[in-house]
Amino acid sequence: MSIEVSQISKRFGDFVALDDVSVTIPSGGLTALLGPSGGGKSTLLRIIAGLEYPDEGSVVIEGVDATDLPAQNRNVGFVFQHYAAFKHLSVYRNVAFGLEIRKRPKDEIHRRVMELLELVHLEQFADRKPAQLSGGQRQRMALARALAVEPTVLLLDEPFGALDAKVRKELRDWLRRLHDEVHVTTVFVTHDQEEALEVADEIVVINEGRIEQIGTPDQLYDEPAGDFVMRFLGPVTQLGGQLVRPHDLHLRAHADGVGVPGEVSRIIRVGFEVRLDVTTADQVVGVSVTRAQFLSLGLDVGAPVRLEVAPNATTVAVDPTVDLPELVDA
Amino acid sequence: MADTLVAEPVVAPPTPPRPQPGGSARRLRRRSRAVRYTFRAIVVVYLVMLVGWPLTLVAQRAFGKGLTDIQELFADPQIRHAFILTVVVALISVAINTVFGISISILLVRYEFPGKRVLSAFIDLPLAVSPIVVGLSLVLVYNGRSGWFGPALESAGFKVMYAAPAIIMATTFVSLPLVIREVVPVLQEIGTDQEQAARSLGANAFQRFRRITLPSIKWAVIYGMVLTLARSLGEFGAVKVVSGNVLGVTRTATLVVEEKYLNFDKSGAYATAFLLALISVACIITVSLLRPKDQG
Repeated sequence: MSIEVSQISKRFGDFVALDDVSVTIPSGGLTALLGPSGGGKSTLLRIIAGLEYPDEGSVVIEGVDATDLPAQNRNVGFVFQHYAAFKHLSVYRNVAFGLEIRKRPKDEIHRRVMELLELVHLEQFADRKPAQLSGGQRQRMALARALAVEPTVLLLDEPFGALDAKVRKELRDWLRRLHDEVHVTTVFVTHDQEEALEVADEIVVINEGRIEQIGTPDQLYDEPAGDFVMRFLGPVTQLGGQLVRPHDLHLRAHADGVGVPGEVSRIIRVGFEVRLDVTTADQVVGVSVTRAQFLSLGLDVGAPVRLEVAPNATTVAVDPTVDLPELVDA
Repeated sequence: MADTLVAEPVVAPPTPPRPQPGGSARRLRRRSRAVRYTFRAIVVVYLVMLVGWPLTLVAQRAFGKGLTDIQELFADPQIRHAFILTVVVALISVAINTVFGISISILLVRYEFPGKRVLSAFIDLPLAVSPIVVGLSLVLVYNGRSGWFGPALESAGFKVMYAAPAIIMATTFVSLPLVIREVVPVLQEIGTDQEQAARSLGANAFQRFRRITLPSIKWAVIYGMVLTLARSLGEFGAVKVVSGNVLGVTRTATLVVEEKYLNFDKSGAYATAFLLALISVACIITVSLLRPKDQG
């Protein structure tokens, strides 16, 4: 029992948003759809929700074929990036909306709404209008509203994308904890690899309308299926024909010995981390070391060094066909 | 959760600009104040000359002999009829234009179809075309002798031209865009997120419209209705052509004003005109008082 997406294709005019995508999302898990903007991940989420219909393929939710089912009959909770708060209704009425539509008795609605408001820490804001809440509070209200109808699946479309960094991090932790309490099958879309790695049980990497890899955060990070996933999940650099993470490079302050020879051409210190550019015969390689390592090496700009890939490091052969915008910050 | 503990949404008070040493900032501020007052003066003079003063004069004439002119108006059953006809026609036009206005607005904003831009431009036509042209074109289509539909309708016992239906049609036509032009920008601004959220929460199309869309556009609709009402009450040109202007039957209040004016009953004309203006102004004032401040 799960969400089964089979051979979904979706075009918007000439633009192919999804190209023959199949994925099974396990029940009770917290799954991230990760990928660059315009890669099709939001479209996939909206197709699961019924807010968009696929050109081809099918969606089965918990054993029910939902492909042609209108959104209002799918019992799916959806949380939008920009909250989609009902501006004219109080926080209480926002959360009660789905239950009122389902014509539940008033006292049941009241009990459930207050319970949910407590869950999202908004009980003292029940009578406020959404305009009187902060962004983070609005998004928590939207979450309570989506959970109120006891959805089979909870879908979140870049839920923290419109929030500032600090609130985003808080809500991220909180979503993880909430999921551990509520256990509803949850799928969220994000373009932030850190968010996906930190929160999700399973990550589906989507790029240019296709699935690049499906796996746990560890699998994706340690065994990337290819160039794209490797690049997308964190900083990478190139040594010879190999992609490698800058912290997986071993640096020795000698002109001779094993390893690729090079010369330190730039040094940037960022907190506990020191990033160095090493110019070898044919390329500039980024290396990151801890501050302690850096001090013990005693390097300066212009110093000759030898570079080696650390044992057990993850490496991927560079795929010249992958042409991606500079996603890495190292 | 740090932001839950904040009882009030924190809005940093705007820091007042610190007074600059040296005179340049002060001079700038003084100049911008001068500009502001000049603009205000221009606007006030413009409105007084164009609207305020003329309307005041009408009011003055209407009450030139105290309340007698207005009392005389209401004593005349035919003039009472003219006012009732005007109000009834205006209310029917408002009802029609509200229903169609909301539907067309939703069509224009939420759906893509070929010819959308043409339709959108077409909707402004009633504001651009002289009402008298509207009247004449209605005559061409509906007159009982040589119109396109007129003879057929008339033989079926339904008189359109020179009767209430023609007056309603003409009035509805000239006030057609007012609701739409108020509602369309609001619909565009609210977007579809809320409707989609309602959909995912199980609301069907009717529930979405009644619970989400309609409350969101409520004030735009009301404002559009008031403008339509005010415009409909005052329609003259198109109605003059199509009504036949039969005293006590198809003569509306604006036609009474003209008739009285041409017959040298100036005080009667001013009194009628004043009453017409009063109803419209009252509508607009009522709405701007009712409208919550944060709704613009």
